[in-house]
Amino acid sequence: MNVRVRLFAAVRQAAGRDAIDLELPDRATVADLRDRLAIEIPAAAGLMRQMLFAIDAQYVPLDTPLRPDAEVACIPPVSGG
Amino acid sequence: MIELTQDTIDVSAVLRTASSPRAGAVVLFLGTVREETDGRRTTSLTYECYAEMAKRALADLEAEAVQRWSLSGCAIVHRLGHLAVGEISVAIAASAAHREAAFEAARWLIDRIKQVVPIWKQEHWADGASEWVHPAVDADAAAEEP
Repeated sequence: MNVRVRLFAAVRQAAGRDAIDLELPDRATVADLRDRLAIEIPAAAGLMRQMLFAIDAQYVPLDTPLRPDAEVACIPPVSGG
Repeated sequence: MIELTQDTIDVSAVLRTASSPRAGAVVLFLGTVREETDGRRTTSLTYECYAEMAKRALADLEAEAVQRWSLSGCAIVHRLGHLAVGEISVAIAASAAHREAAFEAARWLIDRIKQVVPIWKQEHWADGASEWVHPAVDADAAAEEP
């Protein structure tokens, strides 16, 4: 399935774009997506273990299965305030 | 009231929104752009966010604070975009019947915002360098490895 992942802050900068489309196996989880992102965006590979992920604007655990229509976001450690 | 804005934060409007005849106390917290961090000089900050999720996360925090401290009013406004030193990056107002609840709620809200709301700042240093601030990454990354 094809999954679009939104990117922010240092990861967006490392990728040079604000979203990336990944082709993943049908039974892929968020953890699989994270591993693939580390390969697709080598400049952000070192940051990937720090990332949280959201589906449809809610944080989800790494073992969450992906759906092709979901809005997935890669969330670097936050620094608002 | 939750707002993400590119414009200068209107502190009076934030206070008005949080005010209530049921309140005996209103606490206002302002986060401002600091000139120096660990001896390094900042000229400005840029904030970006994941807007849909940040709004939802802020609304969830507001609802939890209102319930937990029986607030009579609450308002949270976070600035986005480019901010000069001294500008207000976030305003939180919490009102309650008594001051203890208002102080505690405002303190809890800013702490939680810094932990969970998807907003990021980029430091623009006086020496010309810029970097995104990702707190856990700045710490010893090895400690996060399983």
